[in-house]
Amino acid sequence: MSSSTIDAKPAKTVNQPLPWSLWWRQIRAIFRLEIEKNFLSRRSILLYLLALIPIGPLVLLAPFTPPGNEWQDFAQYNMIFAIYYGGLILRTVVFFGCAWIFMNLFRGDMIDRSLHFYFLSPVRREVLVAGKYLSGLVTSIILFTGTTIVAMLLLYLPHFPAESSRYFLDGQGLGQLLTYAGITVLACIGYGAFFLVVGLFFRNPIIPAIVLYGWEWLNFLMPPLLKKISVIHYLQSLTPVPVSEGPFAVVAEPTPAWIAVPSLILVTALVLIIASRRIRHMEIRYGGD
Amino acid sequence: MIVFDDVSKFYGEILGVNRVNLQIAPGITSLVGPNGAGKSTLMNLMTGLLRPSRGHVTILEIPTDQPEQLFRKLGYCTQFDSFPRGLTGEEFIRSFLLVHGIERKKAKELTQVALERVSLVEAGNRKMAAYSKGMRQRIRLAQAIAHQPEVMILDEPLNGLDPMVRAETIALFRKLAAEGLHLIISSHILHEVDMMSDRVILLNNGYVVAEGNVHGVRDEMQEHPMQILIRCDKPAKLAARVFDKDHVVEARLHDDRLGLFVKTRDADRFYLLLNAVVAEGEINIESIAPVDDDLSAVYQYLIGSEGSS
Repeated sequence: MSSSTIDAKPAKTVNQPLPWSLWWRQIRAIFRLEIEKNFLSRRSILLYLLALIPIGPLVLLAPFTPPGNEWQDFAQYNMIFAIYYGGLILRTVVFFGCAWIFMNLFRGDMIDRSLHFYFLSPVRREVLVAGKYLSGLVTSIILFTGTTIVAMLLLYLPHFPAESSRYFLDGQGLGQLLTYAGITVLACIGYGAFFLVVGLFFRNPIIPAIVLYGWEWLNFLMPPLLKKISVIHYLQSLTPVPVSEGPFAVVAEPTPAWIAVPSLILVTALVLIIASRRIRHMEIRYGGD
Repeated sequence: MIVFDDVSKFYGEILGVNRVNLQIAPGITSLVGPNGAGKSTLMNLMTGLLRPSRGHVTILEIPTDQPEQLFRKLGYCTQFDSFPRGLTGEEFIRSFLLVHGIERKKAKELTQVALERVSLVEAGNRKMAAYSKGMRQRIRLAQAIAHQPEVMILDEPLNGLDPMVRAETIALFRKLAAEGLHLIISSHILHEVDMMSDRVILLNNGYVVAEGNVHGVRDEMQEHPMQILIRCDKPAKLAARVFDKDHVVEARLHDDRLGLFVKTRDADRFYLLLNAVVAEGEINIESIAPVDDDLSAVYQYLIGSEGSS
């Protein structure tokens, strides 16, 4: 009773100019939907709490000015912040915050069973990846750059307000502040792309996230070549105050900024291309007949 | 035209659908079959949510792996009862029209039209989390039709609707079909399918077991003779009159003895015979009605009772 077979091979595509304005409109629409989800959903409460973790101890310590004039040249403050930033903000808050935001961009929609609404729209899957990635990037940058800036100001300003103001307005303070903020932005770019892909390839992305976390923490023990296969190596190379990694650390030359920054961005672009390819061939199977 | 060219889909070793060849013309086409027959798989293949393991599917000559062209012409109302969180019905439809790339003003207009079509204008400003099941079904339908597609695929679109809204929705489907749209609808409610469909595709265990107009499908089922009930004043006499014909395989009196059930392998010849009987004037025939010339009967014969509702 079935009909006869007919030729149903895909039609040849005709070369047409790329519809950039359409793509841009679509990216904006996806961005708006996602940014609302990132900031206003119940899930985002955890994110706010995470972003506040580095602020809490500094607020508690704010009333206690350390004794002695040697603190007023800020060398100790600089070292304390470098350790605080590298250990707590960068390796923990930014890392897990990016994991939460970017893994949920697709995985969250799959859990909510709402990803098909995007897949049933006339949107190139690459455009979808771009829109979602941008929303994750803006969310993480706003939250964690905010955390970085507030944490640094909270460390310095309450104790020696006049000196701190001068330090930030006329001294090295502002440069350091912007450098740390820049490193946070780069971390969001790099970790974000990685976690976006992890969310696409793994049903349970927690395990690869923990593996990467371990890899990043153990980076100081690795030989120079392996160090370079990590995000943290490039980010640490950019920090304004070098921090000793302890007696067991394998010392490696920091990568200059002109190599570190483009390298991170290049790797991010490659990872996003992998994500686009993955999403292009992805099927929706969260329901059956 | 929607074309399936030798399409199979396997989930690992599990069969979704196998060797499907179909050409679906405009109008309402219903997919009918028990749970697990492959209805949703077929719909997901049509919309590119699933990729065929073998063969090609094209919708209006567009391959299903080109979403950026396909979904300008196609709307799919899925069975998934879930939505992006925190949106009102109106925001939901408008947001996804914007994702289509439609300009803001036009998107607003189209949203209003879609909400009107499913009678949800007043509820449009409420959060979808507060919607009843029927309202959620209608808002999904509105989202699927909002961009005014030429092909609409609707997976159990009448589920959860009250009788009044069901009737309105069926009327809407008929109107859209009359405008020349393709509507592919899956449903378990056979009498509704019978009422609204121009043709049906019967599926069982991943195979298309029949397709076409219900009466045409029934006519082709030679192994199941057509059953006809004739209401008349002398059923016993009529039985004697028809029983010697080679195409009549059974004649049985109705319990009230005012009617006769006849099973025939050739309904057309039987109707000609009845014309002759009427012309003779001996027997007064009150009514003639086929008993098993509907979708329920076809379903029963081809698929059995396991999935019928």
